[in-house]
Amino acid sequence: MNEENQLPSPASPVPPQAEADAAQADALRGAAQRSRRAFLVTGALGAAGFFGWRWLANAPAVDGIAAPLRKVLDFNARLTNAYYKNTRLAPEFAKSRAQKIRFNGAVGLGAEFDPLAWRLHVQGYGPAAVPQQFSIAQLKALPRTEMTTEFKCVEGWSTIVSWAGVRLSDFLARYPLATRSGRPIADPSQPPPDAARYVGMQTPDRAYYVGLEMESALHPQTLLCYELNGEPLSLQHGAPLRLVTPLKYGIKQIKRIGTLVFTDERPADFWAERGYDWHAGH
Amino acid sequence: MKVLVEKHPLAIRWFHWVNFPVLSLMIWSGLWIYWANDVYRLGWGSTTLLKFFPDSFNQALGLSHKLGQGMSWHFVLMWVFFINGLLYVLYTIFSGEWRYLLPTRHSFKEAIQVTLYDLGIRKEHPPVRKFNGAQQLAYTSVVGMGLGSVLTGLAIYKPTQFAWLTGLLGGYEWARAEHFLLTIGYVLFFMVHIAQVVRAGWNNFRAMVAGFELEEVTPTTHEVVAGPTSLPAADASL
Repeated sequence: MNEENQLPSPASPVPPQAEADAAQADALRGAAQRSRRAFLVTGALGAAGFFGWRWLANAPAVDGIAAPLRKVLDFNARLTNAYYKNTRLAPEFAKSRAQKIRFNGAVGLGAEFDPLAWRLHVQGYGPAAVPQQFSIAQLKALPRTEMTTEFKCVEGWSTIVSWAGVRLSDFLARYPLATRSGRPIADPSQPPPDAARYVGMQTPDRAYYVGLEMESALHPQTLLCYELNGEPLSLQHGAPLRLVTPLKYGIKQIKRIGTLVFTDERPADFWAERGYDWHAGH
Repeated sequence: MKVLVEKHPLAIRWFHWVNFPVLSLMIWSGLWIYWANDVYRLGWGSTTLLKFFPDSFNQALGLSHKLGQGMSWHFVLMWVFFINGLLYVLYTIFSGEWRYLLPTRHSFKEAIQVTLYDLGIRKEHPPVRKFNGAQQLAYTSVVGMGLGSVLTGLAIYKPTQFAWLTGLLGGYEWARAEHFLLTIGYVLFFMVHIAQVVRAGWNNFRAMVAGFELEEVTPTTHEVVAGPTSLPAADASL
């Protein structure tokens, strides 16, 4: 820095008013121009955003949800499944904290039903499979699992409830139903590569149906359940056998299971066909 | 004389204006979801001061029977909300903008002065800066709230796989209540924010669109005599 710049020099005096006015006029012109451009661009982007949103909202629906939204839900499900580990458990509570659970949803629970004649039908998987049937006594003969977990409804409410039943994984460890080779699934945390990818379940009248990924089906807290809060399941709550899993919302925890299907195609799902996420869980 | 002074970088303006419609739609779809189990209220025992939400509110906004749609929008837009918020935070860190935004040890005191001034109780104008103490607290808290919404949201979206998080937040039902409370927080933030933007006037609003403010300076020294200076908050002494 030299001396000249530090001292006021006669060659560069205080700008006269005219110069200041010109500079200000320049600034104002520049401001007006930038401002106009910025508002036009923002307005255009806003309009683009609005029409983008309209396009999304009005896109052809797949099962009650605009197709692009459905794609993102399925992407979320793939991400969720990639993160999933069946060693991560839902919290369990003291049995004393169990509450009465509300009755919510009667689809598939028609009056024409004889619990005594009931059998669990299992459709075969793989080339050599034959359809099989199981009585409630056969299921109760398998290892019994009790758990007190929080039941979560897709509506947003939740209730702590005690359940008892047989783990679906114990059922599949005992009976070779879900593998192509016809071997039982010995280690539920590492199902063999020839295991079915999905389990589908239907009520006896086929009015209600759900699908789960095999990983969720083999989770240690996924039960074929026959007891609720220390008593045999009531018909309302799904007697003689229902699905219970804290991994999924109640809409997936089908009551009165009539048929089990092991498949590699994603099974139909009652609420997923009516605008809900197919995965709905973890 | 007036000069043009840069205020908000383009990136910040983008993050701000992307967030506005996205958060609005998140709240909107959230209301569709909440309707299916609208249990929250202000009150005690059997006395209810305010039900969330009164039937008239639900009816006026047409919120009923849209749970499935609400969930699908919510679980799509959550990505935009999260990514936009994350980029904003990263940008403020790497650009140095955080210096204007993070509260300092003076911010609380200044926020009280600002509030008293805004309410007309205090006559003395608090120091004028890019963001005053009240703004620093508000804009930093709202980012914290955003993080809170993401975490409480994840805790109720995936309560088993993130059971540790759900537990940390007090369990599933508490996490849902916290998620709701944060939403009420955004609405309150929005109302104060709009009132302040209206008060602050056109020059300030235009800066969030076009990036600059027009400021009065002394022609000789170009020292700002009116309008915010660009001094980082941390450098300003009170």
